[in-house]
Amino acid sequence: MINKVVGSAKEAVQDIPSDVTLMLGGFGLCGIPENAIAAILEKGIKGLTCISNNAGVDGFGIGMLLETRQVKKMISSYVGENAEFERQLLSGELEVDLLPQGTLSERIRAGGAGIPAFYTPAGVGTEVAEGKETREFNGKMYLLEHGLRADFALVKAWKGDHAGNLIYKGTARNFNPMMAAAGKITIAEVEELVPAGELDPNQIHTPGIYVQRIFQGNNYEKRIEQRTISN
Amino acid sequence: MLDKIGIAKRIAQEIEDGMYINLGIGIPTLVANYIPAHLNIVLQSENGLLGIGPFPTEQEVDADLINAGKQTVSMLPGSSLFSSAESFAMIRGGHVDLTILGAMEVSENGDIANWKIPGKMVKGMGGAMDLVASAENIIVAMQHTSRSGDSKLLEKCTLPITGLRCVKKIVTNLAVLDVVPTGGFKLLERAPGVSVDQIKQATAGKLLIEGDIPEMKIA
Repeated sequence: MINKVVGSAKEAVQDIPSDVTLMLGGFGLCGIPENAIAAILEKGIKGLTCISNNAGVDGFGIGMLLETRQVKKMISSYVGENAEFERQLLSGELEVDLLPQGTLSERIRAGGAGIPAFYTPAGVGTEVAEGKETREFNGKMYLLEHGLRADFALVKAWKGDHAGNLIYKGTARNFNPMMAAAGKITIAEVEELVPAGELDPNQIHTPGIYVQRIFQGNNYEKRIEQRTISN
Repeated sequence: MLDKIGIAKRIAQEIEDGMYINLGIGIPTLVANYIPAHLNIVLQSENGLLGIGPFPTEQEVDADLINAGKQTVSMLPGSSLFSSAESFAMIRGGHVDLTILGAMEVSENGDIANWKIPGKMVKGMGGAMDLVASAENIIVAMQHTSRSGDSKLLEKCTLPITGLRCVKKIVTNLAVLDVVPTGGFKLLERAPGVSVDQIKQATAGKLLIEGDIPEMKIA
């Protein structure tokens, strides 16, 4: 067993410099690496390119890093629900690449899996296709999209062990497994960190080979964007 | 004329037993409330859930269980969970039988625009471009005209395109229409109390009318 455990979020992110590319797991605020984001906020590194499906909300998640102007560029599929994001985008302070969600998730998967590029039908005939190579297969047009990697990937899981194996819960899995594989250095935070051997190997979603550092997270807020209740 | 619930109820009539279905945000989400109970169907949420259940009770609310509209949901017996890459593999791989989504404009050859209004806020396309590029069966739920009264059924879309030649059927507050492969909106049904003339006036693209057009039957 190779021990991946570090003591804290602060220790896990201590060598992340400014001007790097980060992947951050999560869909909306579900499954985001809350502790690592807080540590990066405190560290104050700037010029970050953030690859994340969404950009958080005002005052939480990546939204906090936007407020402190730590983010130079976002690569996302959906960025509503964030007034500060909108302001920075319209004023030209923030660069944004918007991609179809399936293209984003597959680019990350491909990056981590050693696939340099692939063809997808999503975005053919749209702005997304501008400047991209197209090719016809069986009478249908496809776009060439490239794999994505990141200097650091920040992922969040439900349970993890000292070897870096991860198990996600519910729809908090989303982009986390692909990002874990696509990060040159992957930092995982978990709600429950256990010794190696305590997780059932049959249930592991992300094998520890993809994870370089793991820490026990704390004080998870797990904010809910749309609390909908049936009576 | 139909309200949003009426549109949702009429679309629910299109659903068949055994379908896996992706519902977009807005009116499409309402369709789930009117699917006949005797049909066995499975709802797919592109953030990684097959088998979306009802909204949870206060006690059941789980921040780790949401739909693509970021609403808290529940699971059903037989539900499964997966990553976003797996989810879009299902979608692009043609495993989802029916996609129901909203639109700002649809053209008479089935192009759809629903993700961006230039000069205004751009929220992003989310999963819409993947869904429309791959789904065999796409139904659009929308108002026939914009708030300013302009037709949303056009010869060509004026807004940035989400996907080309993909929409098969449209259900609006005024009518049910098929997009025919040779181009044009074929009028199938009128909403209750709506005349063919009203639909003609509200449709800017090529409208195909053959014989008597029946009124929709909505429970």
